[in-house]
Amino acid sequence: MAWKALDRNDGPPRAEGDRLSEAVKARIRVFFDRYETKRAVLLPALHIVQDEFGYVGWRAMEDIAELLELPPSEVFDAVTFYTYFWTHPRGRKVITVCRSASCEVMGSEGILAECKNVLGISEHQTTPDGNYSLQTEECLAQCDHAPCMKINERTYSCVKVSEVRGILEDPNNDRLDIPRSDLYDGAKRYGAV
Amino acid sequence: MAEYEPILLKNVGKEGSACIQVYKASGGYGALEKALKTMTPDDVCQEVKKADLRGRGGAGFPAGVKWGFLPADRQVTYLCVNADESEPPTFSNRVLMEHDPHSLLEGIIIAGYATRATAAYVYMRAEFTEQFHIMQRAVDDAYASGYFGKNILGSGYDLECYIHRGGGAYVCGEETGLIESIEGKRGWPRIKPPFPAIEGLFGRPTVVNNVETLCNVPHIIERGADWFLAIGPQGSSGPKLFCVSGPVNRPGCYECSMDITVRELIESDRFGCGMRDGKKVKGVLPGGVSMGIITGDELDMKMDFADPAKYGLLGLGTAAATVINEDTDIRIVLRNVARFFAHESCGQCTQCREGTSWLYRVAERLAAGAGRLQDLDLLADLSVSMGMMPGLSICGLSDGATFGIKTIVSKFRDELEGYIRAQTPGKAEAALSIVN
Repeated sequence: MAWKALDRNDGPPRAEGDRLSEAVKARIRVFFDRYETKRAVLLPALHIVQDEFGYVGWRAMEDIAELLELPPSEVFDAVTFYTYFWTHPRGRKVITVCRSASCEVMGSEGILAECKNVLGISEHQTTPDGNYSLQTEECLAQCDHAPCMKINERTYSCVKVSEVRGILEDPNNDRLDIPRSDLYDGAKRYGAV
Repeated sequence: MAEYEPILLKNVGKEGSACIQVYKASGGYGALEKALKTMTPDDVCQEVKKADLRGRGGAGFPAGVKWGFLPADRQVTYLCVNADESEPPTFSNRVLMEHDPHSLLEGIIIAGYATRATAAYVYMRAEFTEQFHIMQRAVDDAYASGYFGKNILGSGYDLECYIHRGGGAYVCGEETGLIESIEGKRGWPRIKPPFPAIEGLFGRPTVVNNVETLCNVPHIIERGADWFLAIGPQGSSGPKLFCVSGPVNRPGCYECSMDITVRELIESDRFGCGMRDGKKVKGVLPGGVSMGIITGDELDMKMDFADPAKYGLLGLGTAAATVINEDTDIRIVLRNVARFFAHESCGQCTQCREGTSWLYRVAERLAAGAGRLQDLDLLADLSVSMGMMPGLSICGLSDGATFGIKTIVSKFRDELEGYIRAQTPGKAEAALSIVN
């Protein structure tokens, strides 16, 4: 009996995607002198590429492999192991609803249901306008503020079902009020292409 | 429970506590100066060993002893900081990194000096987004002030510090999984020995320490091992962070010595402030989901390294208590715990990969109202046939899975049987999403 992977391979088949620009490659090369091997730059590279394209496509994996002097299969191996990386396009904003034990006893299922209701999508899907994707995560380490969710990098604490629509309709709902580090960002965010 | 003045959380809540200037103004980086200017690396090691600082990440292994395993003739040593806090429902490391990142950095430099590390890698889970920005800012500021880089404070000691972001895998909190992940591989734990102290990151001697463990180090250097040993019971000394979550009046991260009970954590005005709406406690997962559950009648359990075992738990774990009130269906908790481990099993050891999946399926069946009485025996049976303790798996993930499940099944068996007996045959089976 085959055990279906819980949520990793759901969604459309593998996306080919774009090749890495020189600007993205330059951002990845910044990490080379931090580690003894080029291979160790793989996770930073995946973060940068996912920030650039929204996901890690097949051509991007090939380019990362070339850059880090690895077989593409090793890149694919890591990409599909770590749940943070998507292999198909995501929306501009990714909503992550926590489903840990604390959040579940505090009502996270209601939050997830309301997100699905407002956006009309289910987990690991993207709205037709490309604005939102929805996913769940095991624990966001915000259990004192359960139930919680994230929109891109921003955390929402003690979320009530009645607040979800308002949060999703706010155009600035992913804006952080702290200074960001651009270390793991793609090149596009800076117009450096 | 005596009066207790917070040490680790003393900066939390202060205006601008994450800024280097504020940290330095309250004596921050003083312990580092003391260590670098008046102590040798071996002195620091000895002091931490004497303090019996047990690892705060879950296993409770003494940090000084861990450092002592490094071979004497090593050339390159790495320090990996485990900031992959992914044990639900733990958030104490997050609080430290959000509010007091420089106390962690100071601990990193002192631990690096003691172990003669050349580079420190802070492995932060991908879900720590805002915390990453705060930490990276702190690292940049520390570099600018000469706390990292070459010749730190004129001592001749060099240390680089890099934040390495993970990819969302619970198993990377296991020290060898973490090392594999930094090396750019899937986070599959390694077979030990060799232990990381001998052959760790890039094959070099490596120390992996938890965030909270390292945050204790500057205080030990500043005030001495005897001060540390005087806090809390013997064998569980020093300040400790406790997380309380669930339907209590004041969930949060609190600091105390390890002589408090679960009841105090929930009911005391200094901590949880009692149950919301005066509900009764049905059970508590006192050390994260992987340590197991205690019932509402076992709240006198002490939160130290020794007492949890007397209640059938795996250990103190991360000392993060999730409280479950009388309104919560225990099947939901069982399903949640089982799902977590089924999702997070890395798939390397067969009996963990298959076992956690089967545990989840059975738990799902129970939660859907299609359980069978023999399922409870099946769960109990499955949970003794996997794990590191019977010598079957590479890491402790499946031990965590089994302790969560088997304590829930054994301690709440009557309730679970009650649900099964009250089921309407046939109804739930049809609605069940997972087909066997």
